[in-house]
Amino acid sequence: MSAPVVVTGIGVAAPNGLGTAEYWAATRAGRSGLGRLTRFDPSGYRSTVAGEVPWFVAEDHLPSRLLPQTDRMTRLALVAADWALADAGVRPADLPAFDMGVITAASSGGFEFGQGELQALWSKGGQHVSAYQSFAWFYAVNSGQVSIRNGMKGPSGVVVSDQAGGLDAIAQARRQIRKGTPLIVSGGVDATLCPWGWVALMASGDLSTADDPSRAYLPFDRAAAGHVPGEGGAILVLESAEAAAARGARVHGAITGYAATFDPRPGSGGEPALRKAIELALADAGTDPGDVDVVFADASGTPALDRVEADALRAVFGRDGVPVTAPKTMTGRLCSGAAPLDVAAALLSMADSVLPPTVGVEPATEYGIDLVTEPRPAAVRTAVVVARGRGGFNSVVVVRAAD
Amino acid sequence: MPHNDFTIEDLKRILIAGAGADEGVDLDGDILDTDFTDLGYESLALLETCGRIEREFGITLDESLDGVTTPRTLIDLVHAELAAR
Repeated sequence: MSAPVVVTGIGVAAPNGLGTAEYWAATRAGRSGLGRLTRFDPSGYRSTVAGEVPWFVAEDHLPSRLLPQTDRMTRLALVAADWALADAGVRPADLPAFDMGVITAASSGGFEFGQGELQALWSKGGQHVSAYQSFAWFYAVNSGQVSIRNGMKGPSGVVVSDQAGGLDAIAQARRQIRKGTPLIVSGGVDATLCPWGWVALMASGDLSTADDPSRAYLPFDRAAAGHVPGEGGAILVLESAEAAAARGARVHGAITGYAATFDPRPGSGGEPALRKAIELALADAGTDPGDVDVVFADASGTPALDRVEADALRAVFGRDGVPVTAPKTMTGRLCSGAAPLDVAAALLSMADSVLPPTVGVEPATEYGIDLVTEPRPAAVRTAVVVARGRGGFNSVVVVRAAD
Repeated sequence: MPHNDFTIEDLKRILIAGAGADEGVDLDGDILDTDFTDLGYESLALLETCGRIEREFGITLDESLDGVTTPRTLIDLVHAELAAR
């Protein structure tokens, strides 16, 4: 039996709320943060709706030394990490540097910063490119900057597997804790709402082209026609249960199960591997499907992928066998930030005994899933979080309430 | 339009624009002979600062940074390059 790993700190930057309290107040009430893009003029693009983190003024939270060298995603990650550590009651300066690591997920790096430097390169010349471009647009930069800011010299790294990476990073953090590092800062924050990031997102072909924010991201609905991207995510403080207990920490819940699978080659006719990922994660947790109180769905919003997920959920839990929800309908899909935010939402659901809703969706009955479309009171002890990455990544985490 | 003089005030302005200022450091104090590392600037900050000086003053500092550890040594180097221009 492997040592339990618990979540002791949560820091959130989401389109429907900056900070955990604001995010959760909006999410449990069903308030969406989707809207027409304001960070740049989206007219001229086929897709115009996004989830933007509101009211974030980096200067209010970070020293001036960090501003010239950070993309928006890193600024959000640094602040979310500060909040997560404060929530955990951890002062990094008081702990041995090698007892703390940082393992976050990323999906694209600092695109807005990179766009600015590439514009400088091609309009003014190489002398005008910032020295900080060398790392500011790099996948691993959030892990690196959080590590430097907090003096964390233990095992650190970055996991890149699109949206599934948010769970894969938590799993990697759990491995390092089990190997003996008491505390790992994990999760993920992405932010690519700039013209360069936007065309990269549009190239997937999966973005909604609806102009009405309330009709643009409708997973499991017959009107589903793609998704809305968003920015933000969540940073979590993970610790060994032993270390958390030793310092008398308040525990939000435990990461009890995890599995990752990869889909068969397209056209091979093999069954998509999501069902297997859910089964393996439940087995890892030692949890029966009947003991699961809610599933936080990946909720692609693309009909073929919604069907794959509904099929997997029916196969594991039975028809309408478990409440399923997708609060990401209020934030958009946040790339690597999405699943850590769902893990946070699962933990907050446990504390408040309420399931946050999937907003604006009329569930298609043929999917046979019990989609939560209004806030629903419920005792929540065990939650499953599903995340899929483009190209065949399936990852699943099982979260358990604190005892 | 390249300038012809380079002062500590120019250096402070460029440092702050390119790399910000450490919260625990008073750049308005007597910093001429303080190591850049003690002022909170690592090698990348120095690289960015030199790039900005090169652009603004129309000089090249690439090959000659070895002995540059303090504001005074950097200002002296810039003066030498300006004189040789």
